[in-house]
Amino acid sequence: MQQDDLYITGSVIVRNGSFYKNGNLFWETKTDEEFLNNAYTNLGLNYPKFYKMDALGKLGILSSDLLLRDIPYQHYQPFETGIVLSNRHASIEADAKYFHSVSEIPSPALFVYTLPNIVIGEISIRYKFKGENAFFVKESFDPDWLTFYISDLLNNQSLHACMGGWLEVANGEYEAFIFYIEKIKRTGSLNFAPQNLEQLFRK
Amino acid sequence: MEKQILVLQLKEQIIKQLKLDDKKPEDIGDNDPLFVEGLGLDSIDALELIVLLQQEYNIKLKNAEEGQDVFRSINTMADYILTHGNA
Repeated sequence: MQQDDLYITGSVIVRNGSFYKNGNLFWETKTDEEFLNNAYTNLGLNYPKFYKMDALGKLGILSSDLLLRDIPYQHYQPFETGIVLSNRHASIEADAKYFHSVSEIPSPALFVYTLPNIVIGEISIRYKFKGENAFFVKESFDPDWLTFYISDLLNNQSLHACMGGWLEVANGEYEAFIFYIEKIKRTGSLNFAPQNLEQLFRK
Repeated sequence: MEKQILVLQLKEQIIKQLKLDDKKPEDIGDNDPLFVEGLGLDSIDALELIVLLQQEYNIKLKNAEEGQDVFRSINTMADYILTHGNA
């Protein structure tokens, strides 16, 4: 399955403490408990709400920032850009933290992150995206499903662009692979096809 | 507890509880509004402030409306704690 009229116009991978933009190493550090906060500082973000987020939200904001800083996403109307993400462990880290807080006084700030799709809300608020969105919990990265679902949104619904990918936080490990799909070709873009997603993901 | 000490303590507790990692106690004015144009806190932060009062000062607000006056600024919070709590 390949969508000849849809293109992967950018991608970001965060894995083992390294940030890759379009396949090239952008920045790397050690993955200790300050990994996400250090990345926030070193990538030069200015978004104080970041500190309030759970790890999944932080990973989503960091990888989105790196992905979108060279893409003219403002070219599209808010309702024309969607987000489709997936992972294996949903919001398990936030769930566990909230569960432990319940033994004293439950924390409202922890509770609001006990759903995986909250990260989509955080990204949407930051970039003013108001298009269709979905978060799928899958056993593993599923390029066929993401290609099928995002293609349908772009070909048969109102979207003109869509951010998609895999965003996983579990057991203190972080992994992100996010990409941007458009109907127009840009320098270095690839056809939107499962084998291309798989190739980028395994890089 | 002296009000001046309580005010500083409150600022430190709010920064920690609300994860305002980009702020220092001296960045928060005693009379600055806590919501919207001041510190820019939101509705979830308001709930966290209620938790903070309960956890740190054993104070339970009687109703939600009361919070609008109590959480107006650091000063109003300190006054409320001094009259209702064990500070």
